[in-house]
Amino acid sequence: MVLQSSELKFSYPNTTSFHFPDIELMEGETALLLGPSGSGKSTMLNLLAGLLPLQSGQVRIKNEDFTQLNERQKEKFRALNLGLVFQRSFFLPYLSLEQNLLLSGSYQGKKVSQERVQSLFEDLQIAHLAQKRPNECSQGEQQRASIARALIQEPALILADEPSSALDDRNADKVADLLLSVCANSNSSLLVVTHDQRLKGLITKSYSL
Amino acid sequence: MNQWRAAWESIKYRSMHHGLSVILLAFSTGLILLLLHSRNSFENSFKKNIKSIDMVVGAKGSPLQIILGSVYHIDPPTGNIPLAEFEKLERNPLVEEAVPLSYGDNYRSWRIVGTDTNYARWYDMDLKEGRNFNKSLEVVLGAAVAEATGLQIGDKFESAHGLEEESDEHHHHHPFKVVGIYSASGTVLDELILTPTATLWTVHHQEGPKEITAGLIRFKSPMANIMLPRMVNERTPMQAALPAIEVNRLFSLADSFLKFLNLLAYVLIAVAALSIFLALFQGLKDDEPQFAFLRAIGSPPRKILHFIWIKGFFLGLFSFLLALALNFVAFYFIGQLVSPAYQIKTAEIFWSLNTLYTFFGLFLVVAVASALPAWHAYRINIIKTLARA
Repeated sequence: MVLQSSELKFSYPNTTSFHFPDIELMEGETALLLGPSGSGKSTMLNLLAGLLPLQSGQVRIKNEDFTQLNERQKEKFRALNLGLVFQRSFFLPYLSLEQNLLLSGSYQGKKVSQERVQSLFEDLQIAHLAQKRPNECSQGEQQRASIARALIQEPALILADEPSSALDDRNADKVADLLLSVCANSNSSLLVVTHDQRLKGLITKSYSL
Repeated sequence: MNQWRAAWESIKYRSMHHGLSVILLAFSTGLILLLLHSRNSFENSFKKNIKSIDMVVGAKGSPLQIILGSVYHIDPPTGNIPLAEFEKLERNPLVEEAVPLSYGDNYRSWRIVGTDTNYARWYDMDLKEGRNFNKSLEVVLGAAVAEATGLQIGDKFESAHGLEEESDEHHHHHPFKVVGIYSASGTVLDELILTPTATLWTVHHQEGPKEITAGLIRFKSPMANIMLPRMVNERTPMQAALPAIEVNRLFSLADSFLKFLNLLAYVLIAVAALSIFLALFQGLKDDEPQFAFLRAIGSPPRKILHFIWIKGFFLGLFSFLLALALNFVAFYFIGQLVSPAYQIKTAEIFWSLNTLYTFFGLFLVVAVASALPAWHAYRINIIKTLARA
């Protein structure tokens, strides 16, 4: 089991409280977490990624209850086992896409080689953009580089928060296709959190909020 | 891709903002360096030129002027004194040795000084070429004079009256003959043309009682410090001046001016520190979502903090290098204005303790200016920052 959550609840002070469905993902399995905006999708993702402290319930990644680790161990766990993709990409504007990936690799404590970056870029069909700065690339291209970054440490699990919502239909399809194929290639499990109905056709297993 | 390279790219990316901060910090640091060095070299060269001159006697007038004129040769004389009075003083049992000086003529603005060979001996001058003068109208050139005028052994020239060369000045029609050239000594003698005292009497066709301009005196015992100046001032037509006292007076005058400049430099440094702080903080604000993302994917917070520090380090380093460069340029131009004896060598700027202190001081300033941005970077709230982005 790569991801297993049970009995997750979360409430913000003085506002809504959420009760989340239990999620189970096997190795290499892909699922959607669907829900309208405001339904707590991002909150759930933050809980699964260990970015928000749990109030009740349990999250296990690779059968490890990593949310109980201390901050430093949690960081290390995230760096090596989790890949994150968000709606928008987060690249430093003064570095090329390749430099951005190499820097985040070294920040994660496990250096990555230029060859590794290059082969991921090839898989995502952006090899020709490696030396370009983010603002010289389209949103779709930046999003593909974000997917490459999420996969760089060969994590067991990718959490993607609205990865295609900011893109037009053609680019959304392309990005979703590539995301699925690279995850399949590296045998990473994938949970896509989205309100984007376009993805329903590609991923059959889904949870709803 | 290490973060040194990344920090460097970040500085280049916002080069206007960072460049301005660097220039501000470099100018204020440069001013402090300039003050420290010029003060040092000013003091050193003034003290070096006192040698062991205990007292100077000249015509009645300002003691400071007597010292500036007769020791440093940067002021005109207060007048003349009778040779007989000088010789009487020379025979005083408290006087170890005395050197007569006669000046008031120049060759292309280089001062011609009538004296005896003891003067050069006091300053440990070595002959590079030729020999010492031994009769009237023979001259020995200081190194700077020889270099600037191109005069060689055996050359002849005519002097002009006064201390500065002027076109309508009448020239004395008595040719001087160069018989020797001194090696450079780093003292004021490098800039003088020395000749026997008698030369000036010849040139000026002096009649009546013989006169000289001033006398340099070495004492036999410290007792003389108390006795001789008073004796000279009360019982002779001469005025006594003690170099140690006059030079200290000059330093204290210069000090208050330097203190003002120092204060100005520190205000500038504070402004520069503020501008570094703003540049780093703005840079952090621009990069904050990216940093928050890096934190989300497992970067330890200290890495982000280091990133800010490295940027601060680069800014400090560039400021320091620019400040040094500005100093070299400033001293080069100052060197063109002042005589070689008061110039400062570039090597002295580079290897001085003051430079080292300034280096550490500057990095302290940068460390303080980057402390808050670095702390802020360390404490980034991952979720809030990502949600805002």
